[in-house]
Amino acid sequence: MTGTGSIGRRLTFLLAGVAALLSVLSWGMVTGLALEAAERTQDNVLAASATTIAETLRSEQGQVQLELPYSAFAMLGAISEDRVFYLVTAGEEMLTGYPDLPVPQLGPPSPGRVVFDTGNYRGAEIRMAMLTRLVLAGAQPVPVTVTVAQTRNGVDAITGELSQLAATLAVAFFLVAVALSFFAARTSLRPLNEIARAVSRRGPSDLRPLRRDAPAELAPLLAALNRLMARLGQSIQRSEDFIAEAAHRVRTPLATVRVQAEIALRSIEDEAQRRRLRQMIRAVDESSRSAEQILDHATVAYRTDDLARDRIDLAELARQTAKALEPTAAMKDIELRLETEPAEVAGDAVLLDSALRNVLDNAIKYSPEDTTVRLTVSTDGGEARMAVSDQGPGLGEGPAEALTERFRRGSNTEGIVGSGLGLTIVDDVLRAHGGRLELGRVKKGEGACVTLVLPLA
Amino acid sequence: MRYLLVEDNLELAEAIASRLAMDGHAVDHAASLAEAEDCLATADYDLILLDVMLPDGDGRAFLKRSRDRLEVPVIVLTARSRVSDRVDALDEGADDYLTKPFDFSELEARCRAVLRRRGGSARNEIALGAAVFDPMAGTLCCGSSTVELRNREIRLLEVFARHPGQILSKGQLMDRLFSHDAEVTENAIEVYVGRLRRRIEGKGVRIETVRGLGYRMDTTAP
Repeated sequence: MTGTGSIGRRLTFLLAGVAALLSVLSWGMVTGLALEAAERTQDNVLAASATTIAETLRSEQGQVQLELPYSAFAMLGAISEDRVFYLVTAGEEMLTGYPDLPVPQLGPPSPGRVVFDTGNYRGAEIRMAMLTRLVLAGAQPVPVTVTVAQTRNGVDAITGELSQLAATLAVAFFLVAVALSFFAARTSLRPLNEIARAVSRRGPSDLRPLRRDAPAELAPLLAALNRLMARLGQSIQRSEDFIAEAAHRVRTPLATVRVQAEIALRSIEDEAQRRRLRQMIRAVDESSRSAEQILDHATVAYRTDDLARDRIDLAELARQTAKALEPTAAMKDIELRLETEPAEVAGDAVLLDSALRNVLDNAIKYSPEDTTVRLTVSTDGGEARMAVSDQGPGLGEGPAEALTERFRRGSNTEGIVGSGLGLTIVDDVLRAHGGRLELGRVKKGEGACVTLVLPLA
Repeated sequence: MRYLLVEDNLELAEAIASRLAMDGHAVDHAASLAEAEDCLATADYDLILLDVMLPDGDGRAFLKRSRDRLEVPVIVLTARSRVSDRVDALDEGADDYLTKPFDFSELEARCRAVLRRRGGSARNEIALGAAVFDPMAGTLCCGSSTVELRNREIRLLEVFARHPGQILSKGQLMDRLFSHDAEVTENAIEVYVGRLRRRIEGKGVRIETVRGLGYRMDTTAP
C-alpha cells in the first residue's frame, strides 16, 4: 500500500489480516487435534479389542482354539456405528474372520505389540490393529495374529463436527477482531481527527497556535503546524503592513493634490484653467478608486477562499450599508428608500457588505440628481433577494452578463469615474456564497435593477 | 465649527486646514497623538478628523483608548480602503470614515450627517438678517415659522451665508455644490437657485441675480 491511503483503513486491514491468519491457524490446529484424538481413541479401542480376542486363544490338542468374545466387538460398537472386520490367523492358516482382509505390512510382527495401519477394504477406508501372539500348539509355538479393523466414518464424523465447531468459533473470533481493530484504529486516530477539526473549524484569519493535549506521537506534528501558522501569520501581517504603508504613501500626497486643486478652483476665475483643475481632480479620483477596487478585489479573493459562515440578517445589513451611504446619496439629493423583510443567510458579513456597497455606490453614481434609489430585501422560495433599482440611464447596450468581467464597463459610462471592477467583486462574492447576480434589463433611460440573490440559511 | 485635525503629513494638513478655513471653520492641527491629547485637554471641538497612521501610534488604537471619555464625534481619515479596514474603524468607535483622497463635499456631507446624529450644536447657527439658519440641522427659522431645507438647498444657502453681500459666480457655486465627477451645466445652478428662492420666500432672505456676474444674498429685505 502506498503512503496516500487512509491510515485508519490500513490499520484496520492489518489488524484484520492478523486476525484472519490466527483464525485459520487455530481452526487448523483444533481440527488436527480433534482428528488425532479421535484416531487415538479408535486405535485404543481397536487395540483393546484385538487384545481381548487374543486373550481367548488357547491350545487344545496341538490345535490353536479361540472363542470370539462378544465384548471385543461391543466395545467397538460403543464409539460409532462403523462396520467391523476381523481376521485371526495361526501361522499360515486362517482361523476365523474375513480371509481377504488386508493386514498391516509393517515389517516383521513382534509378538505382544500392537501394530496399526490404514488401508482400503470393500470400498471404504479402514483402520487396522494387529496383535501377534505366540501360542504353544503342541510343542511348537505358533505365531497367531489377530487383526481387528473398523471403517473410519465415526472418526470422520467426530472430526468434521469438531472442525465445524472450530470454524464457527474462528469466524466469530475473526468478526470480533475486525470490529475491535476498526474501533482501535478509530480510537488511536481520534486525536488526529480532533486536530484536523480544530483547524478546519477556524475562521479564515484565525492563525493562533493550537493549544490542546495531543498524544506524544502527534506532538511534533502539532508543533510543526503551529510553527507553520505562526510563519503564515507573520507573512500575512507583513504583506498587510506593506500594503497599508504603500497605500498610505501613495494616497496621502494624492489627497494633498486633490485638496490643493479644490482650493485653487475656488480662487481661479479663468474657465480654461478651471477645466484643467477639474480634470486633475477627476484623474486623482480615478487612480484612487482603481487602487481601492484592486485592493478590494484581492481581499475578496482571499476571503472567499475560506469563507466564513456566520448567520446574517440581510435586512439589518441593508440598513447598515444604506446608512453608511446616506451622506453620499444626500450630496446629489438622492433619496435612499429601504423596504426590508427579515432574510437570514449564512456568510461573511464583510464581503456581503462590500458587495452591496458596490451596487449601491454604482446606483448613486449613475443616478441623476434628485431621484430615488430603492433597496429592497425580500425572500422568495428559499432565496433571499436584495434588489437595488435606480432611475439612472440603465445598463446600456450589450449583454448584461459581460458587465461582471474584470475591468469591463458599460457602454454608457463615459464621464463617470469607475474602475470596472465593481460588479466583478459583487459577482465573486455572490458565487462564493452560492448565490448569483441578476442584472435587470431595463430599457434605456428607465433605470437599472441589480439583484443580489443568496440562498436562505 | 471647530475642527481638530490629527494628521502627520504637514502638506496635507495645511491644505485641509486652508480648505476648511475657506468655509469659515476654525482648525487646530495636531501632528501626533500626543499633540492631539494636548489639544483635547485645552479646547472644545465640534469634530475630530483622525488619520490612522501616525508617528506615535495607530489612530484606531487611540480611538479605542479614548472613546469612553471623548464626547466629540470622530471621522477617521484612512489611506487604506481594504474591505475589512472599514469595519475596523467603525467597530472601534469612529462615527464615520473617509478614504484619502476625498471629496470635500463628501467630507462636508459626512460631517453634517454625523453632527445631525449627535444633535448638532448651537454655535453652528448663522444669523441671516431676521432669520436664523442652522446648516447642520438644515433649517431656516424666521419668527415662528421654520422651513426644512433639502441637502443641496442647505449647501447653496450655506455658501451664500458664509459670503454675505458677496457676488458668487455660477462657476463658484457649481464647485461647491457638485462633486467634480459629475458633468453639470450652469443651467443646473439656475434650477437650484430658483428652487431655493421659492423655499425661502418670505423669510427675510433673498437671492438676487447680478446680471452677467452671478448671484448675491440680500438679508435686508423686509
